[in-house]
Amino acid sequence: MTIASPEKRVWWNEPIERVELIWIAIAFLWGLFMFFFMVAWHFFGGQNLSNETYRVTPGEYEQKVYDFAGQYQVGEEAGVPVVQPPVGGDAYMLARLWEWWPILQLREGESYRIHLSSADWQHGFSLLPTNINIQVHPGYEHVITVTPTEAGEYGIVCNEYCGIGHHQMLGRIIVLASEGGAQP
Amino acid sequence: MTAADIPISGARRDVVSRICGYTGFRVEAAAQQLIKANAVVAVIFLAWGGLMGLLVALTRWPAVHLLPADWFYLLLTGHGANVLLFWIIFFEVAVLYFASAVILSSRLAAPRIAWLAFVLMVLGAITANVAVLQGNSSVMFTSYPPMEAAPHFYLGLILFAVGALLALGVFFATLVIAREERTYQGSIPLVTFGALTAAIIAVFTLASGAIILVPTFLWSLGLIPYIDPLMYKVVWWGMGHSSQQVNVAAHVSVWYLIAALTVGAKPLSEKVSRTAFFLYILFLQLASAHHLLAEPGLSSAWKIVNASYLMYLAVLASMIHGLTVPGAIEAAQRRNGFTKGVFEWLRKAPWGNPAFSGMFLSLVLFGFIGGISGVVLGTEQLNVLMHNTLYAPGHFHGTVVAGTTLAFMAITYYVLPLIFQRDIIWPKLAKYQPYIFGIGAAGISLFMMGAGTLGVPRRHWDITFADANLGFEIAPGAFLMMALNGLSAILAAIGGLLYIAITVGTVLFGKRLDREAVPLTFPLHSAAKVVGQYGSYNTVKLPGTITLVAVFFIAFLLYYFINWKYLSEVWLFR
Repeated sequence: MTIASPEKRVWWNEPIERVELIWIAIAFLWGLFMFFFMVAWHFFGGQNLSNETYRVTPGEYEQKVYDFAGQYQVGEEAGVPVVQPPVGGDAYMLARLWEWWPILQLREGESYRIHLSSADWQHGFSLLPTNINIQVHPGYEHVITVTPTEAGEYGIVCNEYCGIGHHQMLGRIIVLASEGGAQP
Repeated sequence: MTAADIPISGARRDVVSRICGYTGFRVEAAAQQLIKANAVVAVIFLAWGGLMGLLVALTRWPAVHLLPADWFYLLLTGHGANVLLFWIIFFEVAVLYFASAVILSSRLAAPRIAWLAFVLMVLGAITANVAVLQGNSSVMFTSYPPMEAAPHFYLGLILFAVGALLALGVFFATLVIAREERTYQGSIPLVTFGALTAAIIAVFTLASGAIILVPTFLWSLGLIPYIDPLMYKVVWWGMGHSSQQVNVAAHVSVWYLIAALTVGAKPLSEKVSRTAFFLYILFLQLASAHHLLAEPGLSSAWKIVNASYLMYLAVLASMIHGLTVPGAIEAAQRRNGFTKGVFEWLRKAPWGNPAFSGMFLSLVLFGFIGGISGVVLGTEQLNVLMHNTLYAPGHFHGTVVAGTTLAFMAITYYVLPLIFQRDIIWPKLAKYQPYIFGIGAAGISLFMMGAGTLGVPRRHWDITFADANLGFEIAPGAFLMMALNGLSAILAAIGGLLYIAITVGTVLFGKRLDREAVPLTFPLHSAAKVVGQYGSYNTVKLPGTITLVAVFFIAFLLYYFINWKYLSEVWLFR
């Protein structure tokens, strides 16, 4: 009985039933496989979250984003600047109550170093519909090298609760087709 | 019932106890009162927090969209605190007192301290609820800084944690007393061993909570200038996630307990089941990392080692219980005479007994929904597909609602006759209750997970983004998922309401069982009263359990690799 003391005082010497042993072996090996698969994906997988992070004050970071937007702005949408960073270069995205600022315009198949940080509270960078989700902290500047694989208009939703305007916090990334520079 | 006073020699206080006519346990009056008090308060918080959950789900159903935004965020904060903390921990305190004092036929150590613990927990829970209802603490259950709640929100949680810590002390002291007074022979029973596991993890959990909530409380008073948001998350989840591991250890113990009471189950091997519990103690605490996989500033090596509980050794423990619990049931049922074919033992199990059906549903739903999704969500790279989407609440409703809550509801059908000494009223309703609640909870989990894979954010009032400056149209399937989630929540709420009605009705109006040992509506297995004489290893084959486990393992593998395929198709990032 599970509610009575073991019949045999020395229960740790009991033999283990075969079916139990086999299942333990399978489950253990499966655990090892899953563990090493995570490690292996860092070598052969194309999707590994960067850990490149710098300490930054919210004020300093905001200034970097403003400088970046001033340098590379190519347009405006709904009052938000559209900024096209150089291919292979740095791009900055600011999370704040309650917007993602500015709108980035990238090119399909090219890589960019996207910087993420917050001016105030924590936010959740959720790129849709591709569904890439990254936590954004104030005080930490996270640099992720991103290569868009498909042209189109992507939304950035905030998925870390950030107060009463949380559900209004949206942003956008525009990915231009790789050839000719035609609008998607 | 013989309600005679039976003094225990050597006790430092007058101990009043009775011998249970159904189980043969010696039940001490003080322990019985404390189990009753904690269980009753638990059910009150379940009702209160469950109501909040229903309102939240109806708001997230886009066609209904019941509440305004401020009320939605307020009630979502309250829902988390009331059901995840208050309902579950009050009930766990009752389970700990039962697993120590009752199962070991011992007196409870220091009942006055236990009452102090109870009062502190009630005060803390009420204080936190007041803070939330006042409206300036809608910071969600997780209360991530720099977002700030009112000081008494943190104070309430601290009081509650201190009370719970005292209750753990009473549990440990009771084990010591039972050993000293030789109320049992040899080792403690498996169920008590599991409860001990839960209690040890709970100490770590509550200590983490104190380490982070005390400075956060001081910060909210202006006495500390800054709480680092990343540091907060590392330590806070040492409480937040580990407390869910307390639940796992507790509800696995409850599975073993119900298996013993309903079909006379005996562990296949004491060594395997106990080692599996011990693995929980060693590795479960690392899981704080599950909430930090999409975070900046932590290395991949740290994320991989911690999120996998050091090579999945705690997952191994749960997979072992996934075999040994149904295996113990199958072995017992075969001894009970249900030996035909692969599944006669399961077909002819006591499905009309809500304790058994609730337990078995809890086992299956926890394994298939909560367990598999948890491993996938806790994989470093796969987490990026789901972090903070509605997939995360989908996962933990599979573990905490379909798993823990359903298991606790199931054991209630024995707590009522054995501790409250009242027979279950409305047995027909009681028969259906676990199914209604279980199907509802499963639906909530699956549909939230489905919505999450379509990108629906968690803790979000409006996925049409109607008030946003830059709009976005989320996949239309998400709206269907949210509607199905709403319907499932209504079903679960009906199941929850039935549970509360049956529980309250039985406590107030159930037929009294303390006069004489009349037959119970939902009987105990005859082997529940005596120590089983049969050994179980090598005496029976378990083809049914092997089949169930094989189905589980194939589902696990398929779902795991499908998610890697999804991941390989998104943008490249490094």
